[in-house]
Amino acid sequence: MRIEKRIQPSRGAFVWAPLSALIFTLSISALLVLWAGAPVGHTYVLLLQGAFGSVVALSETLTRAIPLMLTGLAAAVAFKARLFNIGAEGQLYAGALAAVAVGGLHGGSGFAIAPSVLFIFMIVAAALAGALMLLGPALLKSHLGVDEVVTTLLLNFIALLFVSMMLDGPMKDPSAMGWPQSVALNSELELSKLIPQTRVHSGLIGAFFLAIGLWVLMNFTVLGFDIRAVGASSRASAFAGVSISKTTLWVALLSGGLAGLAGAIEVAGRTSYVTLDMSPGYGYSGIVIAMLAGLHPLGVLAASLLVAGVMVGADSMSRAVGVPTFIADVIVATSLLSVMVASMLTQYRVRLR
Amino acid sequence: MQDTVLTLTQITKRFGSLVANDSISLHLQRGEVLALLGENGAGKSTLVSILFGHYAADSGKIQAFGKPLPPSDPNAALAAGIGMVHQHFTLADNLTVLDNVRMGSESLWMPFFHKRAALKKLLDISQRFGLFVDPHALVSTLSVGERQRVEILKALFRGARILIMDEPTAVLTPTESEALFTVLAQMVAQGLSIIFISHKLNEVIRVSDRVAVLRAGKLVAQSMTAKTSQAELAQWMVGHAIAPPQRHPSEKIGPPVCEMRQVHTALARECLKGISLTMHRGEIFAIAGISGNGQLALAELLCGTKRISSGQVIFQGKSLPANPAKLVALGVARIPEDRHGVGLIGDLAVWENAAAERLHGADFSRWGWVRRRVAKTYCQALIAAFDVRGGGANVSSRSLSGGNMQKLILGRALLHPKAVTGKDAPVPELIVAHQPTWGLDIGAVAYVQAQLLAARDAGAAVLLISDDLDEVLTMGDRIAVMHAGQITPAREAKQWSREAIGLAMAGADASSMDSGCTPHFSATAVMA
Repeated sequence: MRIEKRIQPSRGAFVWAPLSALIFTLSISALLVLWAGAPVGHTYVLLLQGAFGSVVALSETLTRAIPLMLTGLAAAVAFKARLFNIGAEGQLYAGALAAVAVGGLHGGSGFAIAPSVLFIFMIVAAALAGALMLLGPALLKSHLGVDEVVTTLLLNFIALLFVSMMLDGPMKDPSAMGWPQSVALNSELELSKLIPQTRVHSGLIGAFFLAIGLWVLMNFTVLGFDIRAVGASSRASAFAGVSISKTTLWVALLSGGLAGLAGAIEVAGRTSYVTLDMSPGYGYSGIVIAMLAGLHPLGVLAASLLVAGVMVGADSMSRAVGVPTFIADVIVATSLLSVMVASMLTQYRVRLR
Repeated sequence: MQDTVLTLTQITKRFGSLVANDSISLHLQRGEVLALLGENGAGKSTLVSILFGHYAADSGKIQAFGKPLPPSDPNAALAAGIGMVHQHFTLADNLTVLDNVRMGSESLWMPFFHKRAALKKLLDISQRFGLFVDPHALVSTLSVGERQRVEILKALFRGARILIMDEPTAVLTPTESEALFTVLAQMVAQGLSIIFISHKLNEVIRVSDRVAVLRAGKLVAQSMTAKTSQAELAQWMVGHAIAPPQRHPSEKIGPPVCEMRQVHTALARECLKGISLTMHRGEIFAIAGISGNGQLALAELLCGTKRISSGQVIFQGKSLPANPAKLVALGVARIPEDRHGVGLIGDLAVWENAAAERLHGADFSRWGWVRRRVAKTYCQALIAAFDVRGGGANVSSRSLSGGNMQKLILGRALLHPKAVTGKDAPVPELIVAHQPTWGLDIGAVAYVQAQLLAARDAGAAVLLISDDLDEVLTMGDRIAVMHAGQITPAREAKQWSREAIGLAMAGADASSMDSGCTPHFSATAVMA
């Protein structure tokens, strides 16, 4: 058996590759559903209903998708430039903490300014906090060649411990009966709800515009060209006059900033304070989403909805048929692997002999 | 002795719609050198890969020594006595010659090495064919010519009676090439058969008994070498008569454009050790030498991607900035050696690559936004002016053929954006062309050379760095030779003899070849 590069990517492959990836994912997961002793068809129908079947289900999926969109964009822009930012989780927490520090710590009274201005301060502070988290690893990478995967990954733990320290210290909510949670955000800063009686908030619109903005940036600006060029070939882009270290720095600020925003929007739109479990790994899921989307900013929107739908759908499905919610992780992971294999098979063919 | 050792019958191999080999039938006699001639993409490599078992043919048969060769099995080819000497050596630098030769030919299950027996066998073979290398020397200490001998020894050690040599002289000095030809003659005299792959016509005439010419996947001609000529072979290769570039000496050599004084670069695999040279307007300054002797460092320096550690580079009276964008704006046109890895960004579109060098300037961007329409118009003009074929401005540049990639790079370097919009466009002051014709077919070579000559006549200073001695001799107005990071004084082309250049390439007259950077065979130079 051997793998040969295709001379031309097969045309039909663009249809059958995603389709067969989907079928493969569903059949692998079906085995586990069977093992759990539930009927496969019914389980999938319940999952679908739980994700998109009603206004409430859809609103939950959208709510869950918002932070995923932002961390997905954060990973997409960084990976496009081959800056492998694994630290979106930590950057998210840094952003959340900064948002509360600006918009909640003084009960809003510390700053005698209009809430709209304070909101902008809060957003900027969160983006800056996330960006600063990635600045160090980016500088270490571009100047000393330190592997950013290691530094960003380890910074996640440092960030979480720092959050834990703040939640038990300066930012502790005195009215939380000892629960490790921060003071709440000034209620004037909270994002409005898009649909009454649900949790889906206007952060969705923000994420949507950020995705479009990122797409425009990547395709129509010099910086976007630099990012794609550095990611495609650093030697060739250096030859063409692109500054690798400068581009890496910008990418770090963008990526870290987006992840920081995810934290701020989570706080302002959903939780209104920081806890240590506010993110069930949104930062890591962002990587999966970016890969599923082929690092395309608009694809990130769709991939976030898909992943969020699977997660939310699995929650309600497991209550009904008793298949553990971990099936969501299996589905997401398997779909990522099979999409990657399928996209490889559009470029290569396998010969058995 | 007219027994046939190898027969290829009706070999056909398709890649998608491309027919790489179109029912090719060949045979090889005992004790002959068969030259396989053809341009890049003619199907030589595919044919050899099928023969050696890397690919399976779609149809056709191979017989070696009267027995059919199972397809798609490199071990079968080895066992049948077919050996291959690759252009890029496949040796382990940290092992001795003997270990390299033995590697892979002994079973993993044997508890002890048969080192003494292997040594005896190796010495026997060296003796028989005149392939002398110290068996206990580390490969990393050997010269390129010696390494090639080790490759040949490796094949012979495994019992090869048919040897396939892929562009064996590409990395050798003229003297080393002559030594190789002597070895080949001895091997043939003792009954071995050789398939010699090359695109250098003079070598083919020099070493082969018989020539087979491939073009576009088809076997277009076969002839006894004695009955043909270089001109006829060239015509077979490209399908029509080729006019060699009209070479005429430079008419007016102008004032100096760029001067290097005692330039050193930081110690690396390749570095410069006190290079001084002056490039004038209207002159081609050609640098000969085997790749890996500092040419890459010199080219990178003048392309703005490497810094000097001491010395001076004066360009138009000022110190040369180490910044590609500034260099381009000053009028330096750059053609890098590695067009796939350095010249173009393969994933990006042709128009983006066309604009890449000047994208940070006012020509193609405004307030951080790419002026896409201007860039695409420029690209269309470039495609038309330089005849870049392969799908237009929007395809990814990876999909272009090597020749069209080079035309794109050449066009980008020579065609100023202002020339498209109609205002009077500046011509390049200095053209740095590093191996500009490497790996191109004859037609594209002639085109690139003609463009460089035209740019020279328009007043540019051209620095041509090449390890193709013929190119240096036909193109250069003045010639210098690099060896081990140093350079000989430049002399006019007619004051150099081929032999003198060959000696200088081997470092014979470089008086101080002390420590620091060793001459190196550059892997990047031959990868493409």
